[in-house]
Amino acid sequence: MARARAARLSGNRLHLQDGPIDLVIEAMGAASEVEAGYAAAARRFQTILDELCAELPILRLPIRPGNPMPEGVAARRMWHAAAPFAGAFITPMAAVAGAVAEEVLGAMTAAADIRRAYVNNGGDIALYLASGEQTHIGLVDRPDRPRIYGTVSIAASQPVRGVATSGWRGRSFSLGIADAVTVLAATAAGADAAATVIANAVDLPGHPAIRRQPARDRDPQSDLGAIPVTVAVGALTDGEVEAALASGLAAARDCIAEGLVAAAALHLAGRTVQTGLPLLHHAKAA
Amino acid sequence: MADGDVVRCDACPVTCYIKRGMAGACDRYANEEGRLVRVDPLVVLEHTVEAGEKVVPFLGAGNAEWNGEIVRGPSTFVTAIGAGTTYPDYKPAPFIVSSQVAGVDTVTVVTEGIFSYCGVKVKIDTDRHLGPERNLVRVDGEPIGHVTTGEYGSQMLSLGGVNHLTHGGKKEGRVTCDALLRLCNGEAVEVAVDDGATAILQAGKPPIINGKSEERMRVGCGSATIGMFAKQWYGKVDDVVVVDDHITGVLSEHQAGKVLGAKDTGIKIRGRKSTPGRYFHVAEPGSGWGGTNVTDPMEIVTGFDARHAWPGLRLLMVSTTGEQYAYYELDAALRPVEKDLPPNLQESVERIAENCEPALTTVLFMAGAGGSLRAGVTENPVRLTRSVRNAITRVTAGGAPVYVWPGGGITFMVDVTLLPSHAFGYVPTPALVAPIEFTLRLDDYAALGGHVDAVRPADEVLRDASLRQRRIAGAVR
Repeated sequence: MARARAARLSGNRLHLQDGPIDLVIEAMGAASEVEAGYAAAARRFQTILDELCAELPILRLPIRPGNPMPEGVAARRMWHAAAPFAGAFITPMAAVAGAVAEEVLGAMTAAADIRRAYVNNGGDIALYLASGEQTHIGLVDRPDRPRIYGTVSIAASQPVRGVATSGWRGRSFSLGIADAVTVLAATAAGADAAATVIANAVDLPGHPAIRRQPARDRDPQSDLGAIPVTVAVGALTDGEVEAALASGLAAARDCIAEGLVAAAALHLAGRTVQTGLPLLHHAKAA
Repeated sequence: MADGDVVRCDACPVTCYIKRGMAGACDRYANEEGRLVRVDPLVVLEHTVEAGEKVVPFLGAGNAEWNGEIVRGPSTFVTAIGAGTTYPDYKPAPFIVSSQVAGVDTVTVVTEGIFSYCGVKVKIDTDRHLGPERNLVRVDGEPIGHVTTGEYGSQMLSLGGVNHLTHGGKKEGRVTCDALLRLCNGEAVEVAVDDGATAILQAGKPPIINGKSEERMRVGCGSATIGMFAKQWYGKVDDVVVVDDHITGVLSEHQAGKVLGAKDTGIKIRGRKSTPGRYFHVAEPGSGWGGTNVTDPMEIVTGFDARHAWPGLRLLMVSTTGEQYAYYELDAALRPVEKDLPPNLQESVERIAENCEPALTTVLFMAGAGGSLRAGVTENPVRLTRSVRNAITRVTAGGAPVYVWPGGGITFMVDVTLLPSHAFGYVPTPALVAPIEFTLRLDDYAALGGHVDAVRPADEVLRDASLRQRRIAGAVR
């Protein structure tokens, strides 16, 4: 309580912040229900960072046989969301943002009769849609330069309750060169992990214009350790951009085939490709 | 916390180890030259100033290459950071959900204020006498301000202001500006008070007065101290005198002692008796016991009335911080003889010290946003003032909350330690340059005559550098 902060934003939205977590929350429904939901969200939020930090060493370990599983509810969400991708190196941290959003959304919708709601954790979003409801989401192609390039509409009947974006320009490290990969999936934690994996796959291994550095040289505590992460991407030819996107698209299609992802949009150097549910509507020139 | 190039951040339980030049997971704290600094999601923009004046960037000397982009233009920079950025700590989210926020609904006017009317109020937690009220405070011999009304447990200085900055001599203005800049940027400044002390002042650090670092604030005045500890003393000692420059307390006469049934001890104290057991002006102010000039506590005891005192009477003399104490017993001639403090009193003396808060110097920057600054925000400046008054527009300084003084104008105060490191600059006028932001809804902004055509989307303002890097650059460079 001493640390976590809650504030109201315009449009009757709720902002919760603790350490590195920023949540922007909006719930729609009867005013008294919205208030009850916000109170429940704030209550749940108070301890979530401490819960995660208590298990941080475990959450930073790659998911593979022999490594322990975490115990906390939110930590388990992370683990389960990342586990399907454990064929390659992945830690539960790949799903932390989505899992936190999901956890707080769950507390809110369990406590109150909400029509629709979202919890936006720095771009990783958990959605709630009561039957018949739908929502619109603005998309940006580069997290560091927020500009809405298109929107998607998600209806309650569609199997999408999570949206996440990953890319090397974002807050977390990426092994790939995608400016942004946006994923729609059944859960926010699942979308978060999948976006990480697909963004990693948008890559041109060994390309001289791509500068990489061991993750631990940037952040001594990174769960990625000595694995090189992208720190700069120089000029690429059109053909190279196509090739990198094709590699990412293949990974995205695998995820869709396995039922982990509903749709994905991949961005690199101004080019966009997408796969899965045809959800995207382009915005008018911004 | 620094270990070579890595700083451990304790701001939250993530306890990031942050490498030099990098930010922690939250992007709110960063490692600047091995030091943990707070960085706010603030885009510091240099802007053009009146002809002939050179803006000194928000950097230290010898650090002239600002590699963050400098956006030149009119005196305002309007960043429209999508919905939800009214909160100073909030970072723009890559997604903005819901139909209500397809576009921009909040604007933040980020500008550098050039403040000729500005200064700092310095609160120095000490009972030591810094100098008489109204006396000048000097740096390098130049007057930069004065001693003002003292507060509870603290001495107060009012420094800077337009008279020292621009209406005095040229050197006076330069020295004042430099001292203010250093205080605001969290650096140490040595000041000397006329007929008083010299002090080294640094925001958030203990004051150093006449070369001695202050550790503790007094627990209360002498009378308050009697009230707080009477019960712990009663029965272990016959009388206690708490020496204090403000009110010296005497247990046996004090209401708190009377309630417990303390016997009259016939002690006679120098100074002016206020109410029973409370004495004003027992000595002159100074850097001795309890903010007085007393070095031997018996200086304030003029004797013992033989009708009440008795041989063997036990007396504790202690200061309001517990830093000084002495224990006496009366001999057959009722003369006090100093003895070692009995162990059962040692604890009470330590308890006084333990209950004293750490002494700090705190610095509030205070300035008025004048006509030209307001005009940079709106074509109709008085509407901005009214909008701030009506709490439609939120004012922040470098993202830090400010207190806006009631009445006319936009005169505000802000704790300098809440701003990002090196948030202040100066122009040779001389005047201080400080960040100030006005945040309001776009429609409210249009209604008050804002430069709506200058509203730019955040991406245009943020240009190529990633926000993360920019934030670090904004604070570190």
